[in-house]
Amino acid sequence: MELLIEGLKKAIEMIISGDREVFAITWLTLKVCLISILFSTLIGLPLGILLGLTRFKGRRLLLLFINIGMGLPPVVAGLWITMFLWRSGPLGNLSMLYTPTAIVMAQILVSLPIVTSLTCTAFQQINDKMLLQIKALGATKVQTLMILVKQTKIAILAAIMAGFGRVIAEVGAAMMVGGNIQGDTRILTTSIVMEVSKGNFDIALALSFILLTVALLITAALTFLQQRRRLS
Amino acid sequence: MRKNRLFIALFAFMLLVLSACGNSDTKDAAAKQKKAEPTSMILATTTSTQDSGLLDVLIPMFEKENNVKVKTIAVGTGQALEMGTKGEADALLVHAPAAEKAVVDAGDAINYKRVMYNDFILVGPKDNPAAVSGDDINAAFKKLADAKSSFISRGDDSGTNKKELGIWTAANIKPAGDWYVSTGQGMGQTLQVAAEKKGYVLTDRATWLAQSKNLDTLQIVVEGGKDLMNIYHVMQVNPEKHDKVNSKDAQKFVEFMIDSKTQEVIENFGKKEYGQSLFTKYTE
Repeated sequence: MELLIEGLKKAIEMIISGDREVFAITWLTLKVCLISILFSTLIGLPLGILLGLTRFKGRRLLLLFINIGMGLPPVVAGLWITMFLWRSGPLGNLSMLYTPTAIVMAQILVSLPIVTSLTCTAFQQINDKMLLQIKALGATKVQTLMILVKQTKIAILAAIMAGFGRVIAEVGAAMMVGGNIQGDTRILTTSIVMEVSKGNFDIALALSFILLTVALLITAALTFLQQRRRLS
Repeated sequence: MRKNRLFIALFAFMLLVLSACGNSDTKDAAAKQKKAEPTSMILATTTSTQDSGLLDVLIPMFEKENNVKVKTIAVGTGQALEMGTKGEADALLVHAPAAEKAVVDAGDAINYKRVMYNDFILVGPKDNPAAVSGDDINAAFKKLADAKSSFISRGDDSGTNKKELGIWTAANIKPAGDWYVSTGQGMGQTLQVAAEKKGYVLTDRATWLAQSKNLDTLQIVVEGGKDLMNIYHVMQVNPEKHDKVNSKDAQKFVEFMIDSKTQEVIENFGKKEYGQSLFTKYTE
């Protein structure tokens, strides 16, 4: 328990003293996670809408794979991406292994299925009668989509939050494809693993408090957006 | 209005992310203006060199002197050597001479140089239930196996794990059973498991010294035997076998590691904090 207080003290100390390395690591974590979730949203949202609203051949199979993808262990995602990015692998010429870009790729891979599947669920639950009514009122396709997005706003933001939770908590893939390189691909989760293996539990705890704070702030912002009272 | 709110929210979110991208771009540009873009090389090395903090001292020195960005991948020696044979790394800094020899003989690594050593030690619970001591590691392992004293193994094909397995083979014992625990983790974590489970564990001295502050249930029980020397070698991956290798910087790194100035730094590393050197210089 003493360690816990020690860790909290250290975290505050790190933040107040403006420890450059900790700041850089936190900043990179934030950047990598936000870019990943942005891409996941940009791809997953339209894909989820498509899967939720339309019916086509192979839809169920695709949905099955996406749902399996929700449970894709990050280390597996990391392993696949590592093999693709190896110098001897198919994308070896890009020399992207051990870069933040590789981490972003892995995080998109693990968060995209979550965003897609949850969005799809939300759109599939839309009442048929409402769809009919919107049509009857003469809405264009774009207008219909806008109304539906508004209707499912809460669920969409929940999907984004779930995806964000995945990427900020992720460590296995980031370790593998990023390599935890100081000043380059070291993010909060991988540095926590490293500090634990170094036996620096106080620093690891301090970093964990910083990580939790970051996660809390982002999630709070998204929750605020989600729960905002509808004035109209 | 509701529609607009959602859009504004999404827009703000994207702006946040884009500003994040923008910032790093300007930083990169500023760095570029100062000097030429540094080249980058991958160093595959063992966890002990990173966990002891030695690389935190050496790598910045090397980077500064040569305008190189070193990507240090700290893994077990087995994995580091495998990265070498696949051409995924440019230089290797490892400690399993027998396995290294195979890689050098296969032509995957060249410019093979001895750098430094420290030693392996057997660490065990303070009350020492198997009553092992002295400097004869083979005898100690026999005693541990006879007493079925809890033994914690790395089990991760690292240099230390290879050494441990070599000792079991030399003692003609096949370690198996409840008393033999394989963690599959790095040295630091394995030591912590040993401390919790009150087991014996073979470790390199550097990691032990760096971590002993957390390991107050353990003590050194066997040390000093000539079999327990832990030798580190540096080498570069053969560019003739693997065409994407950055051999220029890898060669510089090998030269840097055996340079007398670097050797002084290695010799003095940790002296202040632990009262003894973690690594001893040992070039050919």
